[in-house]
Amino acid sequence: MTALLIITVTAFLLLIITLWKRKAPARLRDIPALTRLYRILGLSIEDGTRLHVSLGHGSLLDARGGSAFAGLAALRIIAERTSVSDMPTVASAGDSPLGLLTQDTLQSGYKAAGVEELYVPTTGRVTGLSPFSYAAGVMNITQNENVSANILLGHLGPEAALLAEASERENVPVIGASDNLTGQAILFANGQDALIGEELFAVGAYLGAGASHAASLTVQDILRWLVILALLGGAAAKFLGVL
Amino acid sequence: MRIITAVIAIATGTLILLGYFFEAFTDIQTLLLNWAVILAGVAAIVGIFNLIAVHADKIRRAEKGSVYSALLLIGLVGTLLVGMLLTPRHPVMQLLLNGIILPVEAALMALLAVSLLYAAIRLLRRRTDVMGIVFLLTAIILFLGSATLPFGDMPLFGTLIHPWVTQIWALGGARGILIGVALGTLTTGLRVLFGVDRPYGGN
Repeated sequence: MTALLIITVTAFLLLIITLWKRKAPARLRDIPALTRLYRILGLSIEDGTRLHVSLGHGSLLDARGGSAFAGLAALRIIAERTSVSDMPTVASAGDSPLGLLTQDTLQSGYKAAGVEELYVPTTGRVTGLSPFSYAAGVMNITQNENVSANILLGHLGPEAALLAEASERENVPVIGASDNLTGQAILFANGQDALIGEELFAVGAYLGAGASHAASLTVQDILRWLVILALLGGAAAKFLGVL
Repeated sequence: MRIITAVIAIATGTLILLGYFFEAFTDIQTLLLNWAVILAGVAAIVGIFNLIAVHADKIRRAEKGSVYSALLLIGLVGTLLVGMLLTPRHPVMQLLLNGIILPVEAALMALLAVSLLYAAIRLLRRRTDVMGIVFLLTAIILFLGSATLPFGDMPLFGTLIHPWVTQIWALGGARGILIGVALGTLTTGLRVLFGVDRPYGGN
């Protein structure tokens, strides 16, 4: 029942803060990787190059789906912003249901920009169903499709090193975030700007996805402080012999 | 249509969530999850058709790297036909799996070791800030601490510094990151559950 209580309180906070954020726009701290991503969005249209968004191979049927949904939210904004480009954004996934949602999200982005007729279904792809076959398919996109930036958002494990390596060879910048610790360490070592931990879930808010995304960040901050207090309180209670 | 899809998604999500807390919803939760597994299977077939469409398009346009696309399609169709004719348990299918697919994946894994080593060297050039140096120093300490030597663990590194770094600092940091990821997953999940984020069309 504790879990249900946490979910209920979080849902309530999310609702209240979303309403509040609609009136008062959010002030976000500077995250270099996301500032760069924002700049890359504009530059790709001017350069006539395409962006590649890869959403990893997290299944939507387990806990890894959270990072995939965060990636989809970012993809929706990226698709909308780059829909008028001569070279449309390509999105890839290593899981079939996620691949279907990738196509749907891309189409939604085009629709929101009012250019649904420009949407090409093959820009949303399933590149492989195992981590390494997925990586092999994504490397092919980086090398052959005039990509100006690789945006990796989702569940990526050690295979992220292969993707980063392929990008490095083509001189394509990588902005990466994963919910997997190994993937994060690899992206940190490889990328110019890596997103660590919960920063993956902040991408939508920084790209202007709406008040609910900004509210999510505030709710996460509140919950994080509660976790810190609980940890410190627990340690103190243990030290004093109360627990 | 947009409203109907949103209502179905929100109702399904809510019922599955309630199934974790109230026994009355367990049966419907199991039923919905079974449907989801079946749909995921169907999605796999759709995914394969998508893969075929993308690579057939590349071959048709004679794009850069279309030779690899042709190889992929030949491999895909060949494996599918052999699998359908001989069944997946047939020795020929096992040979295809153990003789081609597994070695290729193992080769990619081996390539990974080289990539990581190269990334570590590149890190010195690219990231000369405090975090980069800390990252590299930690990696070196962990390598030294876990190195297999003929005379046993490396003194100081293997017995004191390595366990101290992995059990205290790395474990603490990993837990912190995972708590952050869990909180992010929770709020993202709730946004999808509320229908604010609708990756299933029409948002």
